[in-house]
Amino acid sequence: MAKEKMTGAQALVRCLEAEGVEYVFGIPGGAILPVYDALFDSKKIKHVLVRHEQVGAHAAEGFAHATGKVGVCFGTSGPGATNLVTGIADAYLDSVPMVAITGNVSSALIGTDAFQEADITGITMPITKHNWLVTDVEDLPRIVKEAFYIARTGRPGPVLVDIPKDIQNAEFEFEYPDSVNIPGYHPPVREEPRLKDAAALLRSASRPVVYLGGGVRTSDAYDEVKAFCEFLNAPVVTTVHGKGALPETHPLSLAMFGMHGARFANYTVQNSDLIVALGARFDDRVTGKLSTFAPEAKIIHLDVDPAEISKLVTATVPLVGDLKALLPQLTQEARKVFDQFGRPDISAWKARVAEWKEKHPLRFKQEGQKQILPQWAVVKLWEKTQGKAIVTTGVGEHQMFAAQFWQTSYPRQFITSGGLGTMGFCLPAAIGAQLGRPGELVIGIDGDGSFQMTLQDLATAVDLKLPIKIFILNNLFLGMVRQWQELFYDNRFSETPLSDLPDLVKLAEAYGCLGLRARTPEELDGVLDKALAHNDGPVIVDIRVRRQEKVFPMVPAGAPLNDMIDAPENEKR
Amino acid sequence: MERNETRPTGATHTISLLVENKPGVLHRISGLFSRRGYNIASLTVGPTERPEYSRMTIVVRLSSKPVEQVVRQVQKLVPVVEVRELAPQDLVERELLLAKIRTPEKNHAELRALAETYEASIVDVSPDSLVIEASGTAGKLDALEERLAAYGIQELCRSGRIALERGFKTLAPPNLK
Repeated sequence: MAKEKMTGAQALVRCLEAEGVEYVFGIPGGAILPVYDALFDSKKIKHVLVRHEQVGAHAAEGFAHATGKVGVCFGTSGPGATNLVTGIADAYLDSVPMVAITGNVSSALIGTDAFQEADITGITMPITKHNWLVTDVEDLPRIVKEAFYIARTGRPGPVLVDIPKDIQNAEFEFEYPDSVNIPGYHPPVREEPRLKDAAALLRSASRPVVYLGGGVRTSDAYDEVKAFCEFLNAPVVTTVHGKGALPETHPLSLAMFGMHGARFANYTVQNSDLIVALGARFDDRVTGKLSTFAPEAKIIHLDVDPAEISKLVTATVPLVGDLKALLPQLTQEARKVFDQFGRPDISAWKARVAEWKEKHPLRFKQEGQKQILPQWAVVKLWEKTQGKAIVTTGVGEHQMFAAQFWQTSYPRQFITSGGLGTMGFCLPAAIGAQLGRPGELVIGIDGDGSFQMTLQDLATAVDLKLPIKIFILNNLFLGMVRQWQELFYDNRFSETPLSDLPDLVKLAEAYGCLGLRARTPEELDGVLDKALAHNDGPVIVDIRVRRQEKVFPMVPAGAPLNDMIDAPENEKR
Repeated sequence: MERNETRPTGATHTISLLVENKPGVLHRISGLFSRRGYNIASLTVGPTERPEYSRMTIVVRLSSKPVEQVVRQVQKLVPVVEVRELAPQDLVERELLLAKIRTPEKNHAELRALAETYEASIVDVSPDSLVIEASGTAGKLDALEERLAAYGIQELCRSGRIALERGFKTLAPPNLK
């Protein structure tokens, strides 16, 4: 590529174009004005004007999660940059590839407490894979190239590039590098994967379970995982980010386990003698009390990030590498061992699992209820769409109802804030997902508390005429906190009841989109049909649900995984 | 740090790092140690045979976490080119000590003799104080410090450990050699 004279800001836009960036989510401001001026001339990049930078970051996450591409967001210096922080932290914990670009005050002003100055590289150091403060415009193309490379490779995650205003204005000879050379990145894998040891464990196990996490999505290893699970013919559990890694309608699937997993899923993990963890990280929300987690299980842990191996649960056989490349080798190795020594007999184990599944299903009983149960609303929605939708959620009870009852068939179909647990994630993620996958049905399942944290960006969705459908399971409570207060704080509902504000139908109308409401079970059918049929911009659906409904079963924080509590009324159902 | 009443417990490990010599790298590394709860007993950083890289020697005190976990987390930092735990039997370690002793001139001869025993030297003398410089292993310096305490240590400064592996092995990965 021939060199070309231009400013840093123009060069940034050219870099983004070279990376194939289609959408940027952001808001302009003083310290990023030169970049926005350069963006004005780009014919390839569409900028999405959000109303709060946090939404820009979450929308970039939603886009990235839905497409597998890198999400990009912009913010100006100071508050613009700090508003991105929650989204960056969210992307870090959920391994979502993201490049955040911030303007900063001019180099000469850095360190002087200038207007709208914040040390955003210092602030985001613990929540990015890496970040850069650009000090010389000549470095800019290389840094942007490295930023995208680091964001999307290995264990994906967010990076941040902070560009002072004078660097944006500085002129230089632009050339985009073809390759990256980062000596400290991609350290050589020192050990050969111990596939033979892993295969021997698979052969000797009589109570195996496969545990799938978000790594299946990030590695794009759906087919490889399905082949492995079917070859092993063992029960399969997932994390919330593993939803759809194996279709939840698959006979081997026990769906999600953990704090709000089904009893049968937790019992299976707890009683197993071998756990095959694929792209998962033994988070406290799935293990329960660590010292009592699956006491008899040996662990095969396959992960691309060596630092996850034996971080919380000691791996009997660690396999460090990319799931998509490594898992077929494991399947092949195990096949050889099984052919030679015979398949292990796990029929008794599978019968036990089937019995648990029969005896302890996830349950709720809408019949005879005057109010809509949130679980039923999720199930109805699933039935009406046959699950053929991309779901985004907020964080709270509604999220767990959705995780429990929305059966997911493919990765990138259930987009949620798992690690950080960020309320307000649903609407921004739906915006990003719909832009990334324009032809598909995007449904948001949100809570009233969660929705109100980012609702101003309905304006963005209306601007873009996005046909997203946000279903708010409205219980006029900060429901998950209320649930903990009822169960563990003696019904002392400190600051969890929410007033019946705003009127969500009128709010939708104020933003120029369709607002609907269902108050009774009888109303729900018609309202859902109407919402799903509406394709002229967003729909907000206020579903009034039984206020006291709680998510069960539940492993109390710090309790063993099989020590689950249930509602007395659930036992009757 | 280790001289507090509440002395932290756990084994110490010497971790050696080759890092890019760029602004903010120390912040990235010390930040990782503090947020993940790895207790730094000492940290030194300085130039290497190549100006683009610095070498850090971190002595970390761990009570519950395995040292491999620390190494793997540090390895993930992009400016960290290489990191390894140096096995105690395989390393040459040194630390520098400067101690100011407030003591009347009549004791100076005695202190000179003590310094000689520890291969230390007197680097500054005034009528009622002197500064002793010593280098060696942490154990040797601890012993010297104990002896000096009898004379009244007015100020003490220790550099923290630096270390290299014995033999031909080096930290730099093959692509940098």
